[in-house]
Amino acid sequence: MPGLGTSFGRGGATTFLQDLSNADCILIEGSNMAEAHPVGFQWVMEAKRRGATVIHVDPRFTRTSAVADLHVPIRAGSDIAFLGGLVNQVLSNDLDFREYVVAYTNAANIIEDDFRDTEDLDGLFSGFDPETGQYDPDSWSYVPDSRRDVEDEERRDQAYSGGSSHGESHQAARSESHGSGGAPVKWKGRRDETLQDPSCVFQILKRHFARYTPEVVQEVCGIEPDQLRRVAEALTSNSGRERTSAFCYAVGWTQHSVGAQMIRTASILQLLLGNIGRPGGGIMALRGHASIQGSTDIPTLFNILPGYLPMPNAKQHQSLDEWVRDDEGKAGFWGNIRSYAVSLLKSYWGDAATPDNDFCFDYLPRITGDHSTYSTVLAMIEGRCKGYFLVGENPAVGSSNGKMQRLGMAALDWLVVRDLQMIESATFWKDGPEIETGELVTEEIGTEVFFLPAATHVEKAGSFTQTQRMLQWRDKAVEPPGDCRSDLQFYYELGTRIRQKLAGSTDEMDRPLLDLAWDYPLDDGGDPDPEAVLREINGTGPDGEVLSAYTQLKPDGSTSCGCWIYCGVYADDVNQARRRKPHWEQDQVAAEWGWVWPANRRILYNRASAAPDGTPWSERKRYVWWDAEADDGKGRWTGADVPDFVPDRAPDFVPEEGAQGPDAIGGQDPFIMQTDGKAWLFAPLGLADGPMPTHYEPAESPVRNPLYGQQNNPTRKRMEVPQNPLNPSWSDVFPYVFTTYRLTEHHTAGGMSRTLPYLAELQPEPFCEVSPRLAAERGLENGGWATIVTGRTAIEARVLVTRRLRSLRLGDRFVEQVGLPYHWGPNGITTGDSANDLVNLTLDPNVYIQDKVGTCDIRPGRRPRGSALTEYVAEYRRRAAMDVQREET
Amino acid sequence: MGSLWGRLDDVQGDAGYGSPSEHPPRMGFFTDTSVCIGCKACEVACKEWNSVPEDGYLLTGMSYDNTQELGASTWRHVAFVEKPLDVPAVDLGMPAMGAPDTEGVTWLMSSDVCKHCTHAACLDVCPTGALFRTEFGTVVVQPDVCNGCGYCVPACPYGVIDLRKDDGRAFKCTLCYDRLKEGQTPACAQACPTESIQFGELTELRERAARRVEELHDRGVDVARLYGADPDDGVGGDGAFFLLLDEPEVYGLPPDPIVTTRDLGSMWRHVGAAAATLVGLGVASFLGRRR
Amino acid sequence: MVPEPEFESYYGRPILKQPTWKTPDVPLYLFLGGLAGCSALLAEGAAATGRPDLERVARLTAAGGAAAGTVALVHDLGRPERFLNMLRVFKPTSPLSVGSFILAPFSALSGAAAATEVTGRFPRLGRLAGVGAAAFGPPLATYTAALLANTAIPAWHEAHRELPFVFGGSGAQAAGGLAMLLVPCDQAAPARRMALAGAAVEVVAAETILKKGLVAEPYRIGRPGRLMKVARNATTVASAITVLAGRRSRLLSAVAGATYVGASLATRFGIFEAGLESARDPKYVVVPQRERMRARAAH
Ligand SMILES: Nc1nc2c(c(=O)[nH]1)N[C@H]1C(S)=C(S)[C@@H](COP(=O)(O)OP(=O)(O)OC[C@H]3O[C@@H](n4cnc5c(=O)[nH]c(N)nc54)[C@H](O)[C@@H]3O)O[C@H]1N2
Ligand SMILES: Nc1nc2c(c(=O)[nH]1)N[C@H]1C(S)=C(S)[C@@H](COP(=O)(O)OP(=O)(O)OC[C@H]3O[C@@H](n4cnc5c(=O)[nH]c(N)nc54)[C@H](O)[C@@H]3O)O[C@H]1N2
Ligand code: SF4
Ligand code: SF4
Ligand code: SF4
Ligand code: SF4
Ligand code: SF4
Ligand SMILES: [Mo]
Repeated sequence: MPGLGTSFGRGGATTFLQDLSNADCILIEGSNMAEAHPVGFQWVMEAKRRGATVIHVDPRFTRTSAVADLHVPIRAGSDIAFLGGLVNQVLSNDLDFREYVVAYTNAANIIEDDFRDTEDLDGLFSGFDPETGQYDPDSWSYVPDSRRDVEDEERRDQAYSGGSSHGESHQAARSESHGSGGAPVKWKGRRDETLQDPSCVFQILKRHFARYTPEVVQEVCGIEPDQLRRVAEALTSNSGRERTSAFCYAVGWTQHSVGAQMIRTASILQLLLGNIGRPGGGIMALRGHASIQGSTDIPTLFNILPGYLPMPNAKQHQSLDEWVRDDEGKAGFWGNIRSYAVSLLKSYWGDAATPDNDFCFDYLPRITGDHSTYSTVLAMIEGRCKGYFLVGENPAVGSSNGKMQRLGMAALDWLVVRDLQMIESATFWKDGPEIETGELVTEEIGTEVFFLPAATHVEKAGSFTQTQRMLQWRDKAVEPPGDCRSDLQFYYELGTRIRQKLAGSTDEMDRPLLDLAWDYPLDDGGDPDPEAVLREINGTGPDGEVLSAYTQLKPDGSTSCGCWIYCGVYADDVNQARRRKPHWEQDQVAAEWGWVWPANRRILYNRASAAPDGTPWSERKRYVWWDAEADDGKGRWTGADVPDFVPDRAPDFVPEEGAQGPDAIGGQDPFIMQTDGKAWLFAPLGLADGPMPTHYEPAESPVRNPLYGQQNNPTRKRMEVPQNPLNPSWSDVFPYVFTTYRLTEHHTAGGMSRTLPYLAELQPEPFCEVSPRLAAERGLENGGWATIVTGRTAIEARVLVTRRLRSLRLGDRFVEQVGLPYHWGPNGITTGDSANDLVNLTLDPNVYIQDKVGTCDIRPGRRPRGSALTEYVAEYRRRAAMDVQREET
Repeated sequence: MGSLWGRLDDVQGDAGYGSPSEHPPRMGFFTDTSVCIGCKACEVACKEWNSVPEDGYLLTGMSYDNTQELGASTWRHVAFVEKPLDVPAVDLGMPAMGAPDTEGVTWLMSSDVCKHCTHAACLDVCPTGALFRTEFGTVVVQPDVCNGCGYCVPACPYGVIDLRKDDGRAFKCTLCYDRLKEGQTPACAQACPTESIQFGELTELRERAARRVEELHDRGVDVARLYGADPDDGVGGDGAFFLLLDEPEVYGLPPDPIVTTRDLGSMWRHVGAAAATLVGLGVASFLGRRR
Repeated sequence: MVPEPEFESYYGRPILKQPTWKTPDVPLYLFLGGLAGCSALLAEGAAATGRPDLERVARLTAAGGAAAGTVALVHDLGRPERFLNMLRVFKPTSPLSVGSFILAPFSALSGAAAATEVTGRFPRLGRLAGVGAAAFGPPLATYTAALLANTAIPAWHEAHRELPFVFGGSGAQAAGGLAMLLVPCDQAAPARRMALAGAAVEVVAAETILKKGLVAEPYRIGRPGRLMKVARNATTVASAITVLAGRRSRLLSAVAGATYVGASLATRFGIFEAGLESARDPKYVVVPQRERMRARAAH
């Protein structure tokens, strides 16, 4: 989550769900929280009971809107314009929390002279290379604070053997690594705390957002100026010393070609309002799958290693030194990266990892470019990827451009599917939509599919890391039936068998496998003990004793740790994630339920809940503060939570010249994972698509970008292949916006809900939601059928005509939006067409996430069957002239 | 035979459980629909706990309600009401664009359940004794006694109980009698994430509900009103009562239900009179001329 | 468009549950109960006044009606094999329970009386049984009104005062009518009188119901309305024939008798179906209850 990572230093929710009840105002945008996070939503309802104002900004009026005080309908994909409008309201009316902004953000930093804004370049920042479609962020840098900054940097540089120091951090491959540690800037930089310098971040920001006026917001988003003002009023009157506002978002923001920047805009707004690090404030990133936070912490991603350590790059990182040099020694805890990296290598290769062999650094694979899921699909289609493991994923239904997914899998040599159910991704070769249309013929598909039944979460023990970075342990409730096995056992067994096969090999290539520390205690069923795995992740010291905090990790190989941010989860040799003391037996922070990374802190950056001098901003919002009396007058941070700060660092502490790592954190630098200790209103580094958010239209849009000549995100990752035709923007053939989402009653690609009678009966068929006006325009009837068409394919769904979808007025026209839940596919108790077959593939350049929205046509009646369907869609493509190459910016 | 109508402060006592000290307090539900988010967790939890079968796969077109109503295989039912909210139309001075679509919408959700009436018609009309009053004051069917006569079905003024087609017997919410006996909260209330379903002692719940209505009124939510909370109403008050944000019938609830047994005395009297009339009529038929 | 909820209902859906009672089982049972109950009266009168043909027909009708009615009733149960659970308890609050305790002895007594009638054995005991059946007869004919009325179905419940008379009158009409059909004119005078008087009672009571405004609407419109109308016309025709020619023409008397029986059947089906209709449309629940609330508020 680079949006949060580059802003604050860690890519996780800054707060926890229970704390939402302390908010005075909650803005939910980009999430349908009541429907997709009903249990967490209880805390929003609690806040409401206590008098908080709840606002929901969503294209649709949902179950969240139903209980909100205000629902603001918005055109899908236009959130930056709306949030930018709010930023503008705050800045142009001096409604920011100035003391907070000056002290805790980089508002005062001076930016290089050659920086050019989108205002100057019609939608581009300086540094754009049209050839590669990438930015060089040099011109976005901080101006050094005199010679001292430069000398420090030179000194650090000389510690390494050669080459220019700052690498290519702007590249996407680094973005994910801001999950725990901001992008490493060269120096803290020169500051003008009066915020008057025209080159300071504050002034740049003010100019940048000046054009996001209420009128522009209306034209882009379809939001009436009055509604914008009401939201601005609610937020500003509920922020400051005495009050706080919280934001909640989920994939309504992340799934866009500008997703990371939507989150950035929210971060900027929350910083200007002084709401980060404080109770009832923050940004609650609502994560999806039960352990999706866990699967970025201990990643299932190609470009990072556990704890957000960047995956070594084949060109840049030939040695351990080169790997850590960008970050090592920088201010803040990220500066200790070498300890984390070496401890990780020790946990992988144990005794084989020694200082002499760079702790087996060379055993790590290197990346050469983008190997994200969608690139891999392309590689399958092109025959470059021959085998595939699908473990707990159903891309035939759940991934964008479903056809491309299935075509990819049909081109493999082998496919392993481990799942609880016989999902569409395991049966596409006999009953997928392409079989019906004749695009694929079962007999001609060469893929050998292995289906392995998996044990469910109740049939195995383990931990989930949920949305608020909390690890919670599950015990096994029942034995898995039949041949079902846990994924842990499967991988352990797979590794063991491969190692057996390779045993005795002298080939260097096999050393990484043979040298692995692959020993876990097994239970009677041959299942590795999951607690032993958690203990390994937590980390151990020289004598095998369990560590209790990542501050104990060493760069010399004396410690081992599978994921440095999880260090402490097994402190005192106790499974801290298994703690279940009920909240009514503790205070509201409930620190003894589960375990939260880092160091069991519930609100991150909570040093900012106190004023620069260390006293609480207000009595009402006290949380963590400096107790000068503590420890015999030496002083100490104290309060309701674990202070997210060096515990004994006084508010007036100024780091020594040349200080490194945690020693370089000043007493008023709450953002301890940032190399400058400040939160970033302006990101001089770390994002692929610019230092400040800018509104661009989604890859498919019915309107021209009213703000700039630049229609789309210039750095968006395109998938220009025949299987992924893009609807031309502002085309009459595809005049409507569609967006996809979930229903409470179903789960994602449906394998876990369409197969269950009690859930299937509650939402038994795919449907689309349309406004009364659109229904009249196209002759759609409530309860009847509709066919929804894009350049990829057409699907059918039942129609709900509802006032909950509003026709939006953009300037002198209406824009209609079609809502489409995406849970269905051909298998299970209730079946139907998949919305994802409609969705195009255009990716955010930071995290390679797909777009949630697109353009479409909608017609009454069911879709054509068989080959008539391909004909039908081809006709649409002809009419939209999609086969002709178009010039779009 | 207990009392058939009117206020009744000790239902269990009336049903033969002795004085209030000899039985547990009356337990019930306060369902506060103002905080319901329509997640249907209550529906699912009820089915899971009680092994109630699925009730058909039908997309109804009635907003997000595909369950339609309470019944033998649906003991909790969440209603979804979409209503236009009349916002004064703003004249945007763009006559060519058609009627401005400035109407907002409200979406009311409410989780319905058996009311566990103080005077429960279903129970009173049941000829087999399959329906009985528990020590908690709730109304429960014993499936092993029910012969499927169906009398309880039209007797219920709320349209709650029904016969299960393939089974023939009557089923409805048991207020999780098995859980209550273990001192546990009913499954639906346990699952409800927003405390829309509040379980507890009825007297306490009634007080809580009154406070909640007051609180909402103070905040300007004038439409909030209680339903089924009044022990002097037509069924002597519901064991499961509600806070609604609109008229009851909007949610499919009768506005002023009265237990049918209020008129039972009159019914029997009229039956008696009619029977007597028949006797008279019979005798008279044989009087007079032989032809 | 998601149908806009009308002011008074949830998507126009019923508030009450449709009775699960099956047609023709239940309306037939209502009819047979009335027929049998009143026939038992007729049989005892015939025995007392020495009309053997009438006695024989009435006894057999009483027994046959009770037996057929019991079959219809048991057939209607969701779990017929558990019929006897009905006799586990006696509940005055449950007309069905009360009715079971009327139907059971009535069936036994009328059956015994009919058996002695047919076999000619134990005539005294048969008479005794017949007297017993006659005692249970009128309640059997009228309790079914309470059975329907003691529900939340507006068309039934709001007619709880009149229904017993409708059912009693209708039963007398049927019993008298059937006897007119099967018994020679010279012995059928009491049957004619019973039918005529029953018809009069039924018509007066039914007319009172029909005047009840919205709750009685289901009795006036649709299929139940048509059935009620047929019943009314048939009753009128049968009564006219009875008065004008019942004594003289065996054929016309038989025609009148059959018409009475048909009218009684139509009445039971009409009333039963009107109840179903009044459960189906929420307006029959909401509007009267709203009026009631308004009236209460006005006090
Ligand atoms: N019941 C249930 N719960 C779930 C899941 C499930 O499948 N079922 N999935 C889990 C997972 S994996 C995830 S990631 C989370 C996702 O949680 P959410 O993000 O909350 O869920 P979504 O329904 O995908 O999208 C949220 C809302 O975004 C809106 N939206 C669409 N486009 C835009 C846009 O451009 N701007 C704005 N502002 N809003 C937009 C949609 O209308 C929708 O209401 O939910 C998790 N929880
Ligand atoms: N159009 C559109 N597309 C979307 C989204 C959207 O909003 N709009 N949302 C996206 C998001 S946020 C997500 S997360 C994805 C989800 O998409 P997927 O992850 O592809 O879909 P799921 O159905 O969640 O697949 C998870 C599978 O894991 C199986 N499973 C569960 N537990 C286990 C286990 O312990 N072991 C194993 N081996 N298998 C297990 C389940 O049976 C299920 O089939 O969809 C994405 N796709
Ligand atoms: S499914 Fe699990 S994670 Fe999602 S809301 Fe329910 S309890 Fe929470
Ligand atoms: S609501 Fe109906 S089923 Fe429930 S107790 Fe009352 S009468 Fe019986
Ligand atoms: S159906 Fe069962 S529970 Fe209902 S009244 Fe008849 S016996 Fe009682
Ligand atoms: S109380 Fe129990 S039986 Fe009744 S609705 Fe709730 S879960 Fe179902
Ligand atoms: S569980 Fe609670 S919030 Fe969810 S639908 Fe039921 S009553 Fe409403
Ligand atoms: Mo997700």
